[in-house]
Amino acid sequence: MIINRLTIHEAHRLLKARQLSSVELTKAYLERIHQVEPKVRALVTVTDELALKQAQKADELIANGDTSPLTGIPVLIKDNMCTKGIRTTCSSRMLENFVPPYDATVIEKLNDCGAVILGKSNMDEFAMGSSTENSALFVTRNPWDLSRVPGGSSGGSAAAVATGETVYALGSDTGGSIRQPAGFCSVTGLKPTYGRVSRYGLVAFASSLDQIGPLTQDVTDCALVLKAIASHDSRDSTSAPEPTPDYTQSLTTELNGLRIGVPKEYFVEGMQAEVEKAIRAATNKLEESGARVEWEVSLPHTPYALAVYYIIAPSEASANLARYDGVKYGFSYQEAGSMWEAMEKTRQHGFGAEVKRRIMLGTYALSAGYYEAWYLKAQKVRTLIRQEFDQVFEKFDALVTPTSPTVPFKIGEKVDDPLQMYLSDVCTLPINIAGLPAISIPAGFADGLPIGMQIIGKPFAEETLLKVAYAYEQATEWHKRKPNI
Amino acid sequence: MKLSRDEVLHIALLARLGLTETEVDRLGEQLSNILENFEALQRVDTSGIPPTAQSIALQNVVSDDEVAPSLPQSQVLANAPQEEENFFRVRAVLE
Repeated sequence: MIINRLTIHEAHRLLKARQLSSVELTKAYLERIHQVEPKVRALVTVTDELALKQAQKADELIANGDTSPLTGIPVLIKDNMCTKGIRTTCSSRMLENFVPPYDATVIEKLNDCGAVILGKSNMDEFAMGSSTENSALFVTRNPWDLSRVPGGSSGGSAAAVATGETVYALGSDTGGSIRQPAGFCSVTGLKPTYGRVSRYGLVAFASSLDQIGPLTQDVTDCALVLKAIASHDSRDSTSAPEPTPDYTQSLTTELNGLRIGVPKEYFVEGMQAEVEKAIRAATNKLEESGARVEWEVSLPHTPYALAVYYIIAPSEASANLARYDGVKYGFSYQEAGSMWEAMEKTRQHGFGAEVKRRIMLGTYALSAGYYEAWYLKAQKVRTLIRQEFDQVFEKFDALVTPTSPTVPFKIGEKVDDPLQMYLSDVCTLPINIAGLPAISIPAGFADGLPIGMQIIGKPFAEETLLKVAYAYEQATEWHKRKPNI
Repeated sequence: MKLSRDEVLHIALLARLGLTETEVDRLGEQLSNILENFEALQRVDTSGIPPTAQSIALQNVVSDDEVAPSLPQSQVLANAPQEEENFFRVRAVLE
């Protein structure tokens, strides 16, 4: 038994049967972290002592027969979710020493399950980026090829699941930040419907787009984690009152009669041929499982999604990040004379290049004289994109696309060209704009580099997504392939 | 769509974002390039289309007006760059 390759459901079975203790499990993961970290650098903070304490507590719960599927199982948290007493940096100089006085709702829920928190994972600063190169702390490497990016912004979470530094991780997704790194690292990553998981305690980037979700080694684990973290929360006024089903119930290999569409606009210019080939092969598999797949489905406003996203997300970010003024918490420039100078210098030295770029872009789009032409216009096109999805979902149960147009790119390849970087999220952005749920699952390799398949569903139809994903996973072996590190 | 140097400085002022000379030049160039690429948005016919602020819209979300405990002062101030007598210390606003 290789402990560091256990899924949640496998580890749970062993813990429950008392064949393994949570302390043993946790020690194995901490050891793996120390072994792999010099090469991959996925973690900002390792919480060794706390993890072992939580593991001991979990073992007591298990001894008393008081277990949930996540009890005693190690997890890694993206460093933009508030953890009481544990530094939460957002991989930014601005919050490098910030220790939250409270837990995010998702952390409370994991703690209630008796989860074991191994630490906090690296990310693009304030979740703005597609490669984790925008971390102000250090760059995380792709475990499949250390010269390449793990994707972003939840790059640390995805890389750590792939290397077996953790059993699973939490990430956040504003424009693809769970799915794109999941695709790049060959793990499973789910962005739930907007409102499905509470955003309370998630450091805000773009409030109408942000969602928390799981990164796991397989679809069953994804269903288990979603069940544990999803709920209505009165502390997040955008949290949905929808009931949370038992997602594992929907996992079957029979897709009989399920209607799956493949929107042609997602096969963009510049898409790597192997990626398209892998998605074609994957849809064949789905047909073998009984689904009816139709190519040539059209979502004609898709080409505008990139512009809509990069107007709306920076606009919301510019408002959300106005709170970093060096007064209540975070970095504060002390040498300045006046109040305004202190504020400007605090933000100048506390934020990195991409964060500044987005604050500027958003401030511009919201400023007098440009608001209607840019922000309001983007919001109207957002309506068109949403309506288009509604119409297509009258005929289809799910849509299938590549997660990203290419396999992971080289570190440094796109850092000087913001637009090229933005384009790597072109397949994932429209889903956040429409608030839909979507999952990325491993769907093949090109020259040893991972290819991800995205499955998109109707609002609150995570069960359908998980079902399609599970059927594909059970018919293939991609998710079992692990990087040699 | 070309942003002038004055426009860049104006936006930076609105955002209270200090920038170096190099950053002013680089951001001017990059933002101009990004906005130029987004010009296509202006050609979409949106007449009669309402804006979407939030995709899964809920309406009138209110909470009960109940007394609940809040964080103790010591914890609220724990991350403060400067504090004085249980307050956040700020620079003079009116001089």
